[in-house]
Amino acid sequence: MSDIPAPRHIPDRLDKPLSSAIFSWEALLVVVAVAIFAINSFASPYFLDAYSLSDLTFNFTEKGLIAFAMALLIISGEIDLSVAAIIALASTMMGMAVQAGADTPVLVAIGILVGLGCGAFNGLLVTRLGLPSIVVTIGTMSLFRGIAFIILGDQAYKGYPESFAFFGQGYVWWVVSFELVLFLIAAVVYWFLLHRTSFGRRVFAIGNNPVAAQFSGVRVGRIKFILFCLTGLMAGIASVLITSRLGSTRPSIAQGYELEVITMVVLGGVSILGGSGSIVGVVLAAFIMGLVTFGLGLLNVPGIVMSIFIGLLLIVVIALPIVWRRLRGNS
Amino acid sequence: MKAFLKYREIWLAAAIIVLIGLISTRFPGFAEPGNLAQVFNDTSILMILALGQMVVILTRSIDLSMASNLCFTGMVVAMLNAAHPAIPIPLLIVIALAVGLVLGAINGLLVWRLNIPSIVVTLGTLTIYRGATFVLSGGAWVNADKMSPEFIGFQRAALLGIPVLSWIAILVIALFFVLMTRTALGRSIYAIGVNPTASVYAGIDVGRTKFIVFCISGMIGGLSGYLWISRYVIASVEVANGYELNIIAACVIGGISIAGGIGSVGGAVLGALFLGIISNALPVINISPFWQMAISGSAIILAVVLNARGERQKGRIILRKAEAA
Repeated sequence: MSDIPAPRHIPDRLDKPLSSAIFSWEALLVVVAVAIFAINSFASPYFLDAYSLSDLTFNFTEKGLIAFAMALLIISGEIDLSVAAIIALASTMMGMAVQAGADTPVLVAIGILVGLGCGAFNGLLVTRLGLPSIVVTIGTMSLFRGIAFIILGDQAYKGYPESFAFFGQGYVWWVVSFELVLFLIAAVVYWFLLHRTSFGRRVFAIGNNPVAAQFSGVRVGRIKFILFCLTGLMAGIASVLITSRLGSTRPSIAQGYELEVITMVVLGGVSILGGSGSIVGVVLAAFIMGLVTFGLGLLNVPGIVMSIFIGLLLIVVIALPIVWRRLRGNS
Repeated sequence: MKAFLKYREIWLAAAIIVLIGLISTRFPGFAEPGNLAQVFNDTSILMILALGQMVVILTRSIDLSMASNLCFTGMVVAMLNAAHPAIPIPLLIVIALAVGLVLGAINGLLVWRLNIPSIVVTLGTLTIYRGATFVLSGGAWVNADKMSPEFIGFQRAALLGIPVLSWIAILVIALFFVLMTRTALGRSIYAIGVNPTASVYAGIDVGRTKFIVFCISGMIGGLSGYLWISRYVIASVEVANGYELNIIAACVIGGISIAGGIGSVGGAVLGALFLGIISNALPVINISPFWQMAISGSAIILAVVLNARGERQKGRIILRKAEAA
C-alpha cells in the first residue's frame, strides 16, 4: 500500500494577497460608509450623538434582517419579491389574534409562523413546480398583500399588548436597541451559515452552476426550498418588529420594502445573477443605507429625494469597478 | 412553434370569454358592446405599457422603471401645459415621447455599455426617476384646474364613435405587431431571447438591440405618462406608484416568458385585458375592490403554472445559466 501517492493537498480557499483585500468590494463599501459618516458629522451638529446614532439603526435593522436571508437566496440564483407582502400578511394575522385576545408570546409565534408558511409556499411553487421565482413571487406578493386587504379593507388593527412593544421599541442596554442586537446576532449566524458551513458552500455551488451541483450530489431543490423558508421566516420576524414599533397594522404596511431589501443585497456586492456575495458586504450596505437616509433626514431632505441618493448609490457603486477596470485596461 | 403560440393565445382568449360570461350572469349589461368598448378604453394604457415591457422581457431583460418614467414624463407635460397652455397637444405628445426616450436610453446605455444586469439598473432608476419627479415639481401637485381643456379633452374626443385613447392603443398595437412580425429588429429581439450566443454568431449586435428595446420601453413609458395624467387629471409624485409590477403581471398572464424569447403582441394585449376586465367587473358585481389584489395575484400564479407546462425544456435552462455565468 506504500505505492499510493500522498494525497494532494487541496486548499479550502486560495491564499489572497493583501492587495486583493484592499481593492475588494467590502473595502469599497467601508470607504463609502466612512465618507458618508464623515459628511454627516460635518453637515449636522446633531449627528454625532449617542441617541441620534441609536435612532439611526432603526432605519436598517428590519430590512437588514430580511436582507441576510435574501442574500443567500439571490446567491443561489433565486429571488423573493414577496417579502414586504409577507410582512403585511403576518402583521394582519397578529392583529386578528390580538382581537381574539392573544397574548405576546402567541403573537410572536403567529408572526413568525405565518412568515415561515408564506416562505414555504413560495418555495414549493418554485422547487416542486419548477417555476421562475421572480414571476412566482410577483404573484404571491399580490396574493399575500391581497389577503391582508381582504381581511382589513381600509381598517387598522390596534390595541397590541404593552409587553409586545418591547420588540420594536425596547432597549437592551443604554442606547442599544433590541432590534440592533437581533440584527447583529442574525449577521453572525448568517455569516457562519454562508461562509463556514457545507450548507453555505452548497448555496454558492447552486448559484454558480445548478446542474453541476445537482450532479455533484447537492439536493438543489431542497436547499432552495430551505432558503425560501428562511427568507419567509426573516420576513415574519421583521413583521413582529415593525408591528411592535408602529403599534398598529394596516394592509399597506411595509409597502415597497422588497425593492429596498434587494437594493441592500445588491449594494452589498451580491451578484444578482447568483453565485457570489458575502454577509459582511450586506451588513456594510445596510449601514450605508441607514446612514444615508438618517443623515439626509437630519438635513430635512424629504424621503423621496433620499431615494434618489439610494438609487444613484446602487448604480454608481456597481458601475465604478466596471469603469475603473475598463480605464485601466485601456491605458 | 407558431402553431403552439397561437394555441396559447386562443386559450387565454377563451378564458377571457368565459370570464365575461361569468360576469354577465351576475351583471347582464357587462357583455354589451358599449360596455366592452369602455373596458377596452380603460385598459388602453396598461395594454400600451405591457407591449413596451414585452419587447424588453423578450430579450431576457426587465424594465422596472416604466411606472417611474410614466410619473416623471407625466409631470413634465402637465407642468408644461400648466405654464404654456398654448403648446398644441400633438407637440406635447412628441415631447412626452422624447422625454421617455431619454429616460429609456439612460437605462439602455447602462445595460449596453456597462453590462450591468437590467434588473439592477432599472431598480436604481425606478427610485431615481420618481425622486426626480419630486425635485422637478417641488412636491406640488398639478390639478385639473391648471390643465387646459384641450389637454384633458384630447384623449376623450370621439373619433368614429371611439375615444382617441382607444385609437392610440389600437395604433400602438398595430405598430408593435408590424415591428415584431415584419421587421428584422423584431426577429433579432426574439433571437436574442431564445439564444444570445447564437445571435452573436448570426451577426446580431446583442448590446445595441438591448439598448434599442430600452429606448422603446422608455418611449412607451413617456407616451403613457401623458395619457395617464390627462386621464386621471392629476400629476403628483405618487402617480402609478408600484404599477411596474402590474405591467409585468399583464405580460406574465399574457404568456410572455420571463426567461425571454417567448411571447407575442396578442398575448400582451390579452394579458392586460384580463386584468382590466377583473378590475372593471368587481365593482359591478358587488365584490369589494379589496379583493382585486388577491385575485390578480392568484391569476398570475395560475398563468405561470399553466404556461410553464408548455415551456419545460431542460436544455434551455442549462444554456441560460451557462450564458449568465
